Amino acid sequence: MELDEATRVAHAFMLKRKQQERNGRLLKHAFLLGVSFIMLYPLFWLLSASLKPENEIFGNLDLWPSTFKFDNYTAGWHALPQSFSVFYVNSAIVTILSVIGNLISCSFAAYAFARLRFTGRNFFFALMMMTLMIPYHVVLIPQYVQFLQLGWVDTYLPLVVPRFLASDTFFIFLMVQFFRQLPRELDEAAMIDGCSPFKIYWAIILPLSLPAMGTAAIFSMIWVWEDFLAPLIYLNDIKSYTVPLALRLFLDQEGQSAYGQMFAMSVLSLVPVVLFFLLFQKFIVRGIATSGMK
Amino acid sequence: MKRFIARNAPGYLFLLPWFLGFFLLALGPILASLYLSFTRYDMVNAPRWIGFDNYTYMFTRDRRFWKALEVTFHYVALSVPARLIMALGVAMLLDKGLRSIGVYRAIFYLPSLLGASIAIAILWRQLFDANGVVNQTLGYFGIAGPDWLTNPDTSLYTLVILAMWQFGSPMLIFLAGLRGIPRDLYEAAEIDGTPRWRQFTRITLPLLAPVIFFNLVLQTIEAFKTFSSAFIISNGSGAPADSLLFYTVYLFNEAFKFFRMGYASALAWVLLIIIAVFTAIAFFTSKYWVHYENERD
Repeated sequence: MELDEATRVAHAFMLKRKQQERNGRLLKHAFLLGVSFIMLYPLFWLLSASLKPENEIFGNLDLWPSTFKFDNYTAGWHALPQSFSVFYVNSAIVTILSVIGNLISCSFAAYAFARLRFTGRNFFFALMMMTLMIPYHVVLIPQYVQFLQLGWVDTYLPLVVPRFLASDTFFIFLMVQFFRQLPRELDEAAMIDGCSPFKIYWAIILPLSLPAMGTAAIFSMIWVWEDFLAPLIYLNDIKSYTVPLALRLFLDQEGQSAYGQMFAMSVLSLVPVVLFFLLFQKFIVRGIATSGMK
Repeated sequence: MKRFIARNAPGYLFLLPWFLGFFLLALGPILASLYLSFTRYDMVNAPRWIGFDNYTYMFTRDRRFWKALEVTFHYVALSVPARLIMALGVAMLLDKGLRSIGVYRAIFYLPSLLGASIAIAILWRQLFDANGVVNQTLGYFGIAGPDWLTNPDTSLYTLVILAMWQFGSPMLIFLAGLRGIPRDLYEAAEIDGTPRWRQFTRITLPLLAPVIFFNLVLQTIEAFKTFSSAFIISNGSGAPADSLLFYTVYLFNEAFKFFRMGYASALAWVLLIIIAVFTAIAFFTSKYWVHYENERD
């Protein structure tokens, strides 16, 4: 009899607790949805402003335009002295070359640090880690002087060549982390079979490291695409401007009439990043969780 | 000697691009920048050695240098804790038993990827316009918002809010860290009737300390380097009334607007030292408040 009473109490307790948990979960969802809405609202606002007639952009919070004005996109594309086709091609050139440079040079360095034995390896690795901390602004001026003397200013070389010299050290770090996890026996077996270090790199390490390479490629694509400071310094001719520099031109010629167009072009500049994010979300999330980048 | 070469050649060959980059793009420029910081250099005439003049001028007479330091420290002190608290709070909400975590995670992370772009800086200027979305929303609740961007008292907050908006990457790192805390600790605490906040201060915080430390160092360094958004939002000048004169914006203008390359190099070195000191402090104090679980290994 007493036992029955006890099970009943326990049962009631469990039920109550489950109910509490369910309520808690609902509350959590409500809260997270609220935060999500606030987080995304600016982006939706930008999208909607890019489609609104000029007189509706300010002074109302409605996200839904009364009429959809796609002219902002067509007019914005040609609003600057050069058309955006030029800026997109420029950005694409810089981005593609930079990503290739990063992947080759950083994976070389990472392979050496993670898998090869040579005198001074730990010392150089420590040096490499220290350069991670150095703000770009410290090397900026001498680099600028250097590139100016080489006659590289107003070309893409100052933006691209450093990437072939593993200047985005962060990716070396990312790849070293990954390469170290691969079983050593693979290298040893290949070595016994007479494989050269390059063969091991090319035929074993790289194919096994596609996730890490993918993460590095995605991040370097996004960062180079958004990069503003280096293009701002090195590119003076509007014909060679990248997309971020072009967007800034809208601000300089701030006539009230260009807002819709400026927003339209801003939206377009974000499209590749958002697209990449949606396609490669897994790589990105894993990349950050394992290496802890920005 | 021959054996030395044979043994080391592959490593050095693979490191060759990095070596070139290290000497030509990092070490060389850092030393050159140190040298330039003791000169007057306008890119037209050769650098002229002036000893410590740049530094003495900076510390004793340059009001804008102090202003830039003040703005930057203010920004770091506000934005880093705000971002980390936001990141940790949301990560803890996401950590426990929600099925749709992937969707939320994606939504919260997206702003971090976009945040550095010029498009977002442009958007931010409009959001905080006198008639912008923020003031409209405040007006809805009967609050008359300030003209955020032309008022020197409020302009910095727009950038702090922009930084908060980008809490995604520390959030992901916190999530990974929270995964590593054994569940049975919480279960044991639950059975003992330990209240939630106590579980937080006694289990979550101590076990997460290494991750918090890591995020703190990383985010502080990042915050010191903030440039693009401050540059765009302040029209490239640090306006209004130098309230957005971020250190990097000041440095950029000294170098590439006024071509005071020597002085700008001195500014750059001071920034380097500030960041180095912060990193060092974090590392030296970490042993007092960060305990690594696998310390004994």
